[in-house]
Amino acid sequence: MRVRVQAEPFDHGAECARFGQGGRDVGAVVTFLGVVRDDSGAMERMEIEHYPGMTERAISGIVAEAMARWSLADALVIHRHGALKPGESIMMVATAARHRVAAFEAAEFLMDYLKSRAPFWKKEVGAGGADWVAAKDEDEGALVRWSDPLLKSNDV
Amino acid sequence: MIDILYFAWVRERVGLPRERVETSAATVADLVEELKAREERYEAAFADLRALRVALDQELSEFTAPLAGVREVAFFPPMTGG
Repeated sequence: MRVRVQAEPFDHGAECARFGQGGRDVGAVVTFLGVVRDDSGAMERMEIEHYPGMTERAISGIVAEAMARWSLADALVIHRHGALKPGESIMMVATAARHRVAAFEAAEFLMDYLKSRAPFWKKEVGAGGADWVAAKDEDEGALVRWSDPLLKSNDV
Repeated sequence: MIDILYFAWVRERVGLPRERVETSAATVADLVEELKAREERYEAAFADLRALRVALDQELSEFTAPLAGVREVAFFPPMTGG
């Protein structure tokens, strides 16, 4: 498994081509690419703040949970921080498993957890000012589906 | 001594990203009360604890959690990754 938190852009095509190669027990690879979306129509950039140290730790914990739960052959998470323009790639997830159901489910699990358990904060900056993106109740609700094992283990 | 980190709008309201404080607070909630008593900007940052999350030594935690042995406390709004 690999986790990368970086300001620089990443090459989605090259990452996908490299991922899951050479494994004889891999029958399914699922990849997801997150892109900066401009909801207001007036966004100049999105600024992503994170908590260096905790970010890598939190994502690694989430990926390790997915690896174990779906017996993944491999998993990859890349998440950017800093200033990004609309249309730029912000993050990607890849999962490799024997069968597609595991690869799809694990990718969705990773996305759901990254949304509300990885310490990133998005700010939309436009000509009219800057606004922090508020967390959505439905993002928290999405974790219920996975019965939130990480939340329990963090609840010490 | 304990390191306190602030992120996103909590950082903006407090006006700094991190500071080191001397405290005898027993829990996170006690520490928050100490900070709020210091200056108005802390009052503004900690006005609604339901809108905040806390991490102790880089693990998500609760406001009722004890601070004994903790080196780093971080306060931030709900996360918006992905």
